[in-house]
Amino acid sequence: MTTEQQHDTIDMMLNMGPQHPATHGVFRMVLTLDGERVLDVTPHIGYLHRGSEKLCESESYGQVVTLFDRMDYIANLNNELAFCRAAERLMSIEVPERAMYIRVILAELNRVASHALFIGTYAIDLGAMTPVMYGFRERERIQNLFEAVTGARMMHNFIRIGGVKEDVPDDFGPRVRQLIGQVREGIEEMDRLLTFNEVYLARTRGVGVIDAATAISVGLTGPSLRGSGVAYDVRKDDPYEIYPYLSYKVPIGENGDCWDRYYVRLQECYESLSMISQCLDQMEAGPTMVQMRRIARPPKGEVYVHSENPRGDIGVYLVSDGTDKPYRLKIRPPSFCNLVGLAPMTRGSYIADAVAILGSLDIVLGEVDR
Amino acid sequence: MDVVWASLWLFTLLNVVAVAALSLVWLERKLLGRMQGRVGPTRVGPFGLLQPIADGIKLLMKEDIAPGSSSRVLFFVAPLLVFVPSYMVWITIPFGRDLFVRNLDLGLFFFVALSVLGIVGLVLAGWSSNSKYAILGGFRSAAQLVSYEIPIIMTILVVAMLAGSLSFRDVVLAQDVVPYAAVQPLAFGVFLLAGLAEVGRTPFDIYHAESEVVGGPFVEYSGAHWAIFFLAEYINTFMVGALGALLFLGGWRWPVGDVPAAAGVALFLFKTYAIVAVIFWVRATYPRMRIDQLMSFGWKVLIPLSFAAFVATAFQMFYGWPIWTLTILSLVILVPPIYIQLRWQRKPAMALAKHYAEIAVAVHAQPRPVPVAAVTEADAAPGREDDA
Repeated sequence: MTTEQQHDTIDMMLNMGPQHPATHGVFRMVLTLDGERVLDVTPHIGYLHRGSEKLCESESYGQVVTLFDRMDYIANLNNELAFCRAAERLMSIEVPERAMYIRVILAELNRVASHALFIGTYAIDLGAMTPVMYGFRERERIQNLFEAVTGARMMHNFIRIGGVKEDVPDDFGPRVRQLIGQVREGIEEMDRLLTFNEVYLARTRGVGVIDAATAISVGLTGPSLRGSGVAYDVRKDDPYEIYPYLSYKVPIGENGDCWDRYYVRLQECYESLSMISQCLDQMEAGPTMVQMRRIARPPKGEVYVHSENPRGDIGVYLVSDGTDKPYRLKIRPPSFCNLVGLAPMTRGSYIADAVAILGSLDIVLGEVDR
Repeated sequence: MDVVWASLWLFTLLNVVAVAALSLVWLERKLLGRMQGRVGPTRVGPFGLLQPIADGIKLLMKEDIAPGSSSRVLFFVAPLLVFVPSYMVWITIPFGRDLFVRNLDLGLFFFVALSVLGIVGLVLAGWSSNSKYAILGGFRSAAQLVSYEIPIIMTILVVAMLAGSLSFRDVVLAQDVVPYAAVQPLAFGVFLLAGLAEVGRTPFDIYHAESEVVGGPFVEYSGAHWAIFFLAEYINTFMVGALGALLFLGGWRWPVGDVPAAAGVALFLFKTYAIVAVIFWVRATYPRMRIDQLMSFGWKVLIPLSFAAFVATAFQMFYGWPIWTLTILSLVILVPPIYIQLRWQRKPAMALAKHYAEIAVAVHAQPRPVPVAAVTEADAAPGREDDA
């Protein structure tokens, strides 16, 4: 009789989400665990699917903007801009210059707000609970400005096909300048608190490494791709609006780990703030909307227009059959495509790393599921 | 008669400890709020002082749910197994020269023995919940608390050697002129760090990490049983503060010597709350470590350091060197780990950040074309045909 028995160990399946504090919404990942090690990860999406693309087909072009607001609910204005650019291309509309400046200022502010929120929520993923307050504080300031300009804090519906809804308030310039100063201070505060914090470095350096070739092949874009050292930025490589008239830097990383992705976003905040102040310098008075009919009917045809969202390259493929509603609207959502990188980054790491990696991709489930 | 008196004392102690724990809840929320640009609780009572009581009432009124698949008895026993040891320890803690329930001669040993017991409760809670997050949390707590028990014991031994006694009272009385924090800064530092890990506080709050195992062993608990865990956790935090004050900061005595009992208690509580405030401050500042980093930090850094403190103290006592040599010795031992930490983590990252600033791709502005007169004409573009 043997006293020792051979025990087979089996892997543990851990269902993380859809209700989990670290999945940023209703995202579910099934982790196959060997103790604390993650052997495999299977993402499950679709809990927030609202059929936005299909809904777009039953709305007139002007109304589609509101649906784009609700897709990536952290970067509403960037999304509005993405759709409006596609519709304008389809209708061959020349947008007045002042409108373009207003759009870029708002979009860059929204990018800063989104990144500030990322830094905060990412810190809370890693267990630091203070930066999230600072992140929300900065976002709050920016949202207050949005409220003054667009009348809404999140669902703006301000960027319209052919321009913007209305001109900005008279005190816009000084107010934005003051805001830039405040937000810069706030971001610097988070920077000091987090960037070179020993524990933060230990948790993010060398975690979730993805090399440039893999990152490109799985379709990463935006800061997640730039963290791997690929300087791809739609604003730089396919300039739109008034981006060509601005000087800025495209921050990139090299190692492709979580810290690089974080650091790229942090630097982008500073770059965006400097872009905004350049815009304010260059802005001139003028009309903010082209004259057009209430109900737009683009000619038959199709366009694919992409622009840079805080999360990456958002593409809008728009098909018109000549009626007042899109025949088909396909969105290339950056969050969804970035999520493909989750499995290759996560395999072989720890549970805590899986959370850190998911956080560093900065997904928004409203956009992943549409 | 003895039984009656003992029960009375224990009841009083329970109330004192519970009030202390509630005060910590309030203090934590207030301090964290201030550090995070908020104000913390303000609504219930003056300065929100009654907030913890409101929280407690809420918890007691909640339904106490046990998962259907849990093992009932163990599930409900586990909170008590965590709470009772953390409360029992207070029997021997002297709040003042003559203010304690029992001055045990083996007080320090009593503390060590009881504080290990709580781990059983945590593992049991994780196991009996029959939930994956809970079991992960239970495993984590076992690994973490067992490994961090060692440096705590070693630093307590250092203090016991210096004082020549295992009684809390004697330890405090021995710190007449210099507190042991000044004599043995190394042991004090190791004690604080290991204490953070012992009570599961940031950056070592790994076993109940909210963003990973969503509360760990406590995830399935609700209502009163969860409240007991919560209470035990804060009592333990207070315990670390009290131990730090007694063992290293001279309890109710240093630096004023013998004062009236009330003043002594106030001094002791002030020191305790100061240490607790530092713990909360750390919580507001640091992210959480990963389990493997925690283990390697414990076994490769804290335990060797605590042994070094122990050996240094032994040398000083054996050869009868003056006491300040021990201070210097322990500071010297502290230098290499701090240096290594800075060199391995922060410096390369800073160099990398500088490097990234250099390789960032610069995009230069193109000259802006002379602004054309505003486009007001609308006829040219398609899509603007009349709707009619």
